[in-house]
Amino acid sequence: MTDDVKKSRPEFRNIHVFENLPNYRLPLAGFVSILHRISGFLLFLLLPFILCLLDKSLRSADTFDSIRELVSPWYVKLVILALSWAYLHHFCAGVRHLFMDVHVGLDKDSARRTSAAVFIVSLPLAALVGLKLFGVF
Amino acid sequence: MALDNIGPKRLVVGAHYGMRDWLAQRATAIVMAVYTVILLIAFLAAPEFSHDTWSGLFAQQWFKAITFVAFVSLFYHAWVGLRDIWMDYVKSVAVRLTLQIATILWLVGCAGYAVQIIWRT
Repeated sequence: MTDDVKKSRPEFRNIHVFENLPNYRLPLAGFVSILHRISGFLLFLLLPFILCLLDKSLRSADTFDSIRELVSPWYVKLVILALSWAYLHHFCAGVRHLFMDVHVGLDKDSARRTSAAVFIVSLPLAALVGLKLFGVF
Repeated sequence: MALDNIGPKRLVVGAHYGMRDWLAQRATAIVMAVYTVILLIAFLAAPEFSHDTWSGLFAQQWFKAITFVAFVSLFYHAWVGLRDIWMDYVKSVAVRLTLQIATILWLVGCAGYAVQIIWRT
């Protein structure tokens, strides 16, 4: 009986993006990991935009004020929100990484707990940024 | 047993840049995390967020210096991360090399822009 149950579970070797990824159940730590990579890549791609914002914020009082106009369209707000989330997630997951590098929280249970903690910290903070951006408060 | 051995039989060979970059990625991560905290404290400690207080913060030499260090850390950190991504997903050597060179050019360009921003005034 238990053998049958064991055999019916799918086995993944050399997973294929289109065939396997949609039904591949990643553990929570796996989501933290792939999102760490995606958020890092996003931050890399948007570096010139971040630098442009810093440039405008420092250049003069006029350019400082012009940022408000620049970020008024909804799609720019979405980009800022994506950036904020990416930074928050990358930061939290990175701190978790550093602890794991010194062998803290490596076992399965605590790895799951700390990956949950990453989401519990980063997602509400990103949501706060979103609410602030879209003028809820 | 020599230090470059893992176990009695395996000799570790290579340029060791894997270990060096791994360590550099951690070190630069700590630099950026500390900078984030400093920036956050400076931001929250200011009585108001205006161009005066903000540019006043960046006008101080010590802040320019740590901003520069944080940016250099960022670029090195991003290089290691991006190289990992290309090595994991891009199998063709020609395409991977092209992407890696493009990454370096992108980061060097950003570094120049960052320096210009920090030392404009």
